Amino acid sequence: MTPRDRRNLLGIPVVKALLHSRWPQLVARLLALAGLLVAILAAVVGSPVGSHNIGIVLVWIAWWALLILLILPVFGRGWCAVCPIPMPAEWLQHGAVLGPGGPGIGLKRRMPAALRNIWLQNVAFTGLALCSAVVLTQPRVTGWVLLLCLLVALGMGLVYERRSFCRYVCPVGGFIGLYAQLAPVGLRVRDTSRCASHTEKTCFVGSADGFGCPWMLFPGAVVKNTYCGLCMECVRTCPHDNIVLNLRPVGADLCQPRGRRLDEAFKAFIMLGAAMVYSAVMLGPWGALKAAAYEIGSQAWLQYAVSFVSLVYGVLPALFLLSVAVGKRLAGSTVPLRALFVALSYALVPLGLAAWIAFSLSFVFASISYLWATVSDPLGAGWNLFGTAHLGWQPYVSGGVPYLQAAVLLVGLTWASVTARRISAEQHAPRVAPRLALPVAGFCLVVTVALMKLLII
Amino acid sequence: MNRELAARLLASLVLLGVPVGVLLARKVTTQHVAIHGVMADNGGWTPGTIEARVGEPLTLHLTSDDVIHGFAIGQSEHPAVDVMPGAWTKTKLVFARPGRYTFYCTRWCGSNHWRMRGTIEVSGPGAEVATDSAPLFVRLKLDLDAPHPSGVVPTRMPVAARGTEAAMPFAWSLDEYRSRSPVALFRTMRERAPKSVTDSRVWDVVATVWRDKTTAERLAVGRKLYRENCAACHGESGRGNGVMAAALAASAGTAMAGMTGHTTASPTDFTDAATMLGASPAFLHGKIIRGGMGTGMPYWGPIFNDTQVWALVDYLWTFQFAYEWTAPPSSASP
Repeated sequence: MTPRDRRNLLGIPVVKALLHSRWPQLVARLLALAGLLVAILAAVVGSPVGSHNIGIVLVWIAWWALLILLILPVFGRGWCAVCPIPMPAEWLQHGAVLGPGGPGIGLKRRMPAALRNIWLQNVAFTGLALCSAVVLTQPRVTGWVLLLCLLVALGMGLVYERRSFCRYVCPVGGFIGLYAQLAPVGLRVRDTSRCASHTEKTCFVGSADGFGCPWMLFPGAVVKNTYCGLCMECVRTCPHDNIVLNLRPVGADLCQPRGRRLDEAFKAFIMLGAAMVYSAVMLGPWGALKAAAYEIGSQAWLQYAVSFVSLVYGVLPALFLLSVAVGKRLAGSTVPLRALFVALSYALVPLGLAAWIAFSLSFVFASISYLWATVSDPLGAGWNLFGTAHLGWQPYVSGGVPYLQAAVLLVGLTWASVTARRISAEQHAPRVAPRLALPVAGFCLVVTVALMKLLII
Repeated sequence: MNRELAARLLASLVLLGVPVGVLLARKVTTQHVAIHGVMADNGGWTPGTIEARVGEPLTLHLTSDDVIHGFAIGQSEHPAVDVMPGAWTKTKLVFARPGRYTFYCTRWCGSNHWRMRGTIEVSGPGAEVATDSAPLFVRLKLDLDAPHPSGVVPTRMPVAARGTEAAMPFAWSLDEYRSRSPVALFRTMRERAPKSVTDSRVWDVVATVWRDKTTAERLAVGRKLYRENCAACHGESGRGNGVMAAALAASAGTAMAGMTGHTTASPTDFTDAATMLGASPAFLHGKIIRGGMGTGMPYWGPIFNDTQVWALVDYLWTFQFAYEWTAPPSSASP
């Protein structure tokens, strides 16, 4: 084992065996699929009371907590590796459940070039966010939204190639990809020259051992986690054992200049703005705002929607652009403003994740106790499967949550400021780089103070 | 076994087994009588009709799908239970006699709360629960919807204690009391009394007669019923200004939600002597059990038993007369 390999988790035989075999992943995905089906069924036919319906509790409290507090910060796109939503479409595409086999069905078209970005994901997330006050609390709506996702993924799988839904449409996949850049694990290749000389490119086109990359990536060119779904197909198809799963410093991708894009930049603004709006709507004391968010289709909701969209697509980017412009002037930078805007927006990624963690902490500890009762009575039908149906609501560590939130937000602010400084230094001398980063750090400070005010104070 | 075949079996088990299993389990395990309550505007109780057999325990599993409701059986001693959102409340009923029973919500869950009612059809041996097919207002041929102005009103609230001091003894049978209005008694006594006796003092005597037809215990029962069932619209003070009054007034004359042809009106002000003193106890009794047609006033006939209705009627007069109770008069009616 070379020193370089010491960072490679695939160098551990047990890990490699687990990830190379299809069975552990299939079983995990089937369990997730069973959970999804139970959630949909419970949401549609179970109790209409959200806190007593496992559809709501499982998805928006338990799964969300796992995703935001554990999976995303530690494993990045790890959830995508076991996500059940694209499974039926993949089975039809492959003509098989386990591995390469049948001819499969589907048109296998490429997504139109204009849509091969995450703008659709940005729009899908925005649409969901605008209705979230209802989606997150009304079991029936949650059920139909989950079913819709399942059906859209199935439909797209029959028309477009591989996991086009996950890559270009999934409203959750968009932000998972953005924040996966922070994860301490990343799937890369050991030696890019070996990939270049490998004429078959089995990692992309597939082989008898596995499918071509479902995410339409060529592993040899992957420099960021954003679009790698950690499905491990390339681990199975690479004949040269050239794939590694590296442990690495957190946030390493943020300072990777390659692949920075405007759609990803806007994803950062959308997520940051959405965290602020969610905090105001769901945790704030403003009754009129809550009512507006709930009354979908009403005049008040339209005003809310326009305000939301204006904030995430207009106000926040405009203020950030102003910060970048001031920094550019202070630093005397000759780099185009647009390029600086896009590059420095990646500094918002750690702050955005910190905002979502802080927001999630506020309700996860307060509401996770609903899970104990709903697992025993998932449909709200009076069952008591595990003897826990009688357990009532019980908030946990409520006194400590504000301190946790403050700590998380301060880490996010610090990390964002340091990242802004590093990104600035990519194309600027060490002497002037802080001048470019300073206004951006100021922007982050203002956002952090606003979040503290909304979440804690 | 072929690995792909095993995987397909496993996938089929999840894809088909989970939905079928969940739905089947739900169907099998909800064989008990499950009753869901939602606010009346959204459907009320589901199911709205339940069947039971005399002497056979009927176990109901109650849950609310929106806000807190209550569950009780009309004209029954069975205690009311709270019905909580998302939780299940179990209550067991046993009916001794066949008949049609009304269950209803006991919590003020919305402006149409009173419409949250359902029926339990109990069949089996025995005489059916009696229903009064000819209540007093029917026997007296009272038109409950006709105006009943008093024509004359006291200048101050009549006080029963002063009426006792007036030394104007007057005896009315219970039937006479129930079928006549206070103003009718006032006119009769005004004719008999010397001119030196003021109108106010005559009204005091009327208050005394009305007081003597009830008891402190009955007034307590009436007060409790009033606060639980009437105050939301008519107000605790009887002024017609309860928490639901504004909504009823705002929609006065318009059709009730989901009730084509039914309109609402502002709740009656029981402190208004000009209308109250022209009504007889039988009139109020009839209004309570029949409801106020076209006003939004609920019918309480299937809910309250006769004793409760009369106790409620007795209490309503306390908005007109000051009884200042000292001791229950010996002439109190049963």
